[in-house]
Amino acid sequence: MVYLTRKAEFSASHYYHNPEFTPEENRRVFGKCNNPHGHGHNYTLEVTVKGEVDPRSGFVVDLKQLKEVMHGEVLEAMDHRFLNKEVPEFFTRIPTTENLAIAIWQRLETKLQQARLHRVRVYETADLFVDFYGEA
Amino acid sequence: MKAHLTRRYRFSASHRLNNAEMSAEENRATYGKCNNPHGHGHNYALEVTVSGPVDDRSGMVCNLGDLDGFVERAVVARYDLENLNTLEEFAQAVPTTENLCIEIFEILQRGFHLAHLERVRLEETMMNSFEYAGGNELRK
Repeated sequence: MVYLTRKAEFSASHYYHNPEFTPEENRRVFGKCNNPHGHGHNYTLEVTVKGEVDPRSGFVVDLKQLKEVMHGEVLEAMDHRFLNKEVPEFFTRIPTTENLAIAIWQRLETKLQQARLHRVRVYETADLFVDFYGEA
Repeated sequence: MKAHLTRRYRFSASHRLNNAEMSAEENRATYGKCNNPHGHGHNYALEVTVSGPVDDRSGMVCNLGDLDGFVERAVVARYDLENLNTLEEFAQAVPTTENLCIEIFEILQRGFHLAHLERVRLEETMMNSFEYAGGNELRK
């Protein structure tokens, strides 16, 4: 088994707010991230796929296809967007880094043909990242 | 859905690697420059990974404020700008980054219960780092 990781970067804004919470509860749980006008991050995405090396091509996966899927499903949808208002998953779910990693996994999983997804890692900053392995 | 969250912290400390049970020659042969009698320092970078189900209401594995607060109080405040050899936990053990990594894992395991502790990774310099998962295999 060989693991291949491809990186991409995108910038987006978000804020954390649960309409079921009171304003006080939202401020207590989410702190500054509750500011309704949002704030932004430069996200770094790492997508790791796994598989056996094809003896003819020497590839685990067609990198061009992986790049195109990442571009179409993630960058086109999320780069320079306000996640809460422009990305459907976050109309109802809070765009935390955890939920972002899950949403990206779900978008990629349906589109990747040869490669098996192993891990989606999303860096919100250099000091904070989330890994999702598709676990229930 | 279960996710893994990793947070990085920084602290600076000094240490000297010396085992009282070894001869002076053996200490020098084993630890090299790290055996210099007055010690030396590093800027450590600590990564703490916790896991758990993403809470439906908050969208989080655990509140970062809680994790930051615990790590700052129990780990960073304990080690930052200290000489590790003077601390109780290194009275008997050599303060290698391996032993420090294990010690930090155990501090977290004893005191932080708001998410499952997966692993601790400790960078001594940009060129070397150590990981400990409580004796479990590190996941890929």
